[in-house]
Amino acid sequence: MTEELIIAGFGGQGVLSMGKILAYSGIMQDQEVSWLPSYGPEMRGGTANVSVIISDERISSPVLQFFDTAIILNQQSLDKFQEAVKPGGVLLYDPNGITHLPTRKDIKIYTIEGAKEASALKNSKTFNMIVLGAYLKLKPIVKMENVIKGLKKSLPERHHNLIPMNEEAIKVGMDKVKQVS
Amino acid sequence: MEEIKLMKGNEAIAEALIRAGADAYFGYPITPQSEILEYLMTEEPYKRTGMVVLQAESEIAAINMVYGAGACGKKVMTSSSSPGISLKQEGISYIAGSEIPCLIVNVVRGGPGLGTIQPSQSDYFQSVKGGGHGDYRLIVLAPASVQEMADFVQLSFDMAFKYRNPVLILSDGLIGQMMEKVILPPQQERLTDEEVEKRYGSWATVGKKAGRERNIITSLELKSERQEKHNHKLQAKYREIEKNEVRFEKINCENADYLLVAFGSSARICQKTIQLGKAKGINIGLIRPITLWPFPSEEINKAADKVKGILTVEMNAGQMVEDVRLAVNGKRKVEHFGRYGGMIPSPDEVLTALEQKLIGG
Repeated sequence: MTEELIIAGFGGQGVLSMGKILAYSGIMQDQEVSWLPSYGPEMRGGTANVSVIISDERISSPVLQFFDTAIILNQQSLDKFQEAVKPGGVLLYDPNGITHLPTRKDIKIYTIEGAKEASALKNSKTFNMIVLGAYLKLKPIVKMENVIKGLKKSLPERHHNLIPMNEEAIKVGMDKVKQVS
Repeated sequence: MEEIKLMKGNEAIAEALIRAGADAYFGYPITPQSEILEYLMTEEPYKRTGMVVLQAESEIAAINMVYGAGACGKKVMTSSSSPGISLKQEGISYIAGSEIPCLIVNVVRGGPGLGTIQPSQSDYFQSVKGGGHGDYRLIVLAPASVQEMADFVQLSFDMAFKYRNPVLILSDGLIGQMMEKVILPPQQERLTDEEVEKRYGSWATVGKKAGRERNIITSLELKSERQEKHNHKLQAKYREIEKNEVRFEKINCENADYLLVAFGSSARICQKTIQLGKAKGINIGLIRPITLWPFPSEEINKAADKVKGILTVEMNAGQMVEDVRLAVNGKRKVEHFGRYGGMIPSPDEVLTALEQKLIGG
């Protein structure tokens, strides 16, 4: 199994940490992982993205042009990465703020109302975990118990009391993901 | 005890430095390697092992602190990124001339000048052909994974002390910023002056004891006859390093029709190109030089006999390709494909370049 994934959105949406939690979850089940962020000036107020690979085999290139899955959290990223999804691959996006909808016909497209569900949970910080939940429903590549272990590894200990809330948010995401085409 | 962690390349180098039993780190922040200094400041190794971590007032100060501490037989490292490494070149030349062991890390960004903060491999010439003035060589290691960022720290110190020669780890913003699984080495004890002398001989300036000559550390020799003698000694050492320390990795070279030569992150990208080629019925092999100096010329020469053409893939406008051409000595076509200015080639682009430049059409 190899999953090649890109997560893209605004800086501050939790794009990089979502990738990190996934990568740690992969390590928890003895898989190979790589996590490659965009870094530099484009992160400040602009777009942020991270490529994550989780595989049973040694990972060759951490740099990719095409992905099995793209998780898209703003319009710029949708415009930039829609074409980067492999034919037959998955595009998951939050429709909040999206005015130009995806046009690909050869991929599976799903939505998750991450921003809306986070405000329903009265905690905007759960946004990225809701999106992660939606992704894991579509691609159950890591087990829930390993995601919780991954959370423990990537959160500082003083924030471990927030883990149950994150778990709840992941479950909301799993429930609320919708297929568009 | 083995410990598996998810770390950035920069963090892995910093942690491996503490665990190698280093005595000191002197640096100055610059993207994309600032995590090295940040990690060390957060970890506070001065509490764990007594290791000194100091943010100098400039890159020039940092390299001269390395010169001073290294002259006392201490295990020391500095790190920077391209423009900062340029500033250090005078000090590096002095260190090479004085035969001081130390580790220099360059997490390369695009140039020339201040350039960009994105990854590049455009400091190949600077690293392997001198950089500073004078006839000297650095041992240059090119890690291609976060694991190698960690592993090469101890290896560098082993070689640096064995040959009394500075070692450079030539990384780039991609390996520095990327996170991968890494198995960290066990913690080594820091060495005392006596242990350094016992293992590596008496050359460091640690205070003259009765019954031995003074140990003098200098790169100045005004008598040409003596300077030439010193140059001969350095050259003999470099030949010895060339004989003993060439390192490389061969991937899929058995029965390959075309050969890629790439180092560091480019070599990782090329591994994916090999898979993409296989799917199209193109059999591609890869030689990844791990030491850029000494360069695996012999191995590349041998491999050239078995293939139809060779392509070097570098994040620069064509630097290592010159050494590959020297190694192959005209018996095969050697082409170069590069992206630069902080752009990273994709595995698909590399395959297209190989098809166009070596296969035709």
